[in-house]
Amino acid sequence: MSDYIKENLNRDGIDRRGFLKCMAWAGTGALCVLQGGVLKSFALSDVMRQKVGNLKGDLSFVQISDSHIGFDKAANGDVLATLREAIAKVNALPTAPSFVLHTGDLTHLSKPAEFDTLAESLKSLKTDEIFYVPGEHDVLNDNGEMFRERFGRNAMGDGWYSFDKNGAHFIGLVNVMNLKAGGLGNLGLDQLAWLQKDVANLKSSTPIVVFAHIPLWSVYPQWGWGTDDSEQALSYLKRFSSITVLNGHIHQTMQKVEGNITFHTACSTAFPQPQPGQSDSPGPMKVPDDRLRQVLGITDVNFVRGKHSLAIVDSTLA
Amino acid sequence: MQNKKWILSAAVTVLFAVGVAVSVPPGFVVKAADQSAPSAVKIDNFSFGPANLTIAAGTTVTWTNNDDVPHTVVSDDKLFKSKALDTDDKFSYTFTKPGTYNYFCSVHPKMTAQIVVQ
Repeated sequence: MSDYIKENLNRDGIDRRGFLKCMAWAGTGALCVLQGGVLKSFALSDVMRQKVGNLKGDLSFVQISDSHIGFDKAANGDVLATLREAIAKVNALPTAPSFVLHTGDLTHLSKPAEFDTLAESLKSLKTDEIFYVPGEHDVLNDNGEMFRERFGRNAMGDGWYSFDKNGAHFIGLVNVMNLKAGGLGNLGLDQLAWLQKDVANLKSSTPIVVFAHIPLWSVYPQWGWGTDDSEQALSYLKRFSSITVLNGHIHQTMQKVEGNITFHTACSTAFPQPQPGQSDSPGPMKVPDDRLRQVLGITDVNFVRGKHSLAIVDSTLA
Repeated sequence: MQNKKWILSAAVTVLFAVGVAVSVPPGFVVKAADQSAPSAVKIDNFSFGPANLTIAAGTTVTWTNNDDVPHTVVSDDKLFKSKALDTDDKFSYTFTKPGTYNYFCSVHPKMTAQIVVQ
């Protein structure tokens, strides 16, 4: 199945309606690529069979999230097995990712043995580098000291940092520390000050990718699914022509396009959580055993230099 | 005759009343709330129950986590702070001074509750 979306209603060449339609297909395994200002979508199965040409972007990477090593309750008795399946899925992609982002909750209880197991498992990922940001489950007892030591990568403060790949600027943010009673995720003044400086001298045409654990947009505040001071952070980025925000924490895929910002959350590799308001609380959700792998997954991202948006494809384990 | 009957029934009534007053079942003793009896808070479905607990000074409160994810018990004023509680883990704190103590889960800060110590 292939489909050309021809309506081009905006001056910047991005067909909003078409893009949103495309994003809605992403959950079923469609690949959307912006080529020459025209959105094209292809079935992932076609991509896998190499039926479509000219799809190799300048950069491709993968996001995995919420592996929760150490969790062993009803929602998934073997999170290591499903993590390994996710790794196999990454390794089977037609284009090997240049690097992998893990958007936090590597472990369930911040235990050293859990970090060990996670690090050991990810060694089988066929990729050059792995970048991490912590989830609240990774910083339970020591203000994130152990996390930073093992996965910190030249990080500053509570663990934030940035790096460049193929002309795109990647920013890892930490919004799970120093949380206030009754509040949501929190970036804090030091991190915001750093962020403002970090992007100050970049050209507005530089594609920006921000990754952090808790969503940087207000998904569902009642369950803590949002970040109190993300507006401030996003204000430093709004001059850029392409911003992609990748988050985890909510254990389901969700996406929102707001102007030139695309927000996207990833599945967990460990267990699903309910949709906003569909349950008493946001905790681990038990599904029938034969459905578990349909609600866990990975996210593949392709970026073509000079194009506006990244192509984001979620795929489930089964 | 009527007077005697009246006096007799009055006397019986009085005796009866006195009898009732003194025949209190054993063990039925009214006293102040036992200050050393512990109080319990259950952590369930991302909430503290009861969310508002009133206790007497000197009471020990014990929190038990029944959720599949870890939670913490942290005083807003930094007076007490548990380590991360896994499923079935407990944390206890003895409140000696009267006052209102707000606390929350530092992992899921939307979870807030209160202990009132009298």
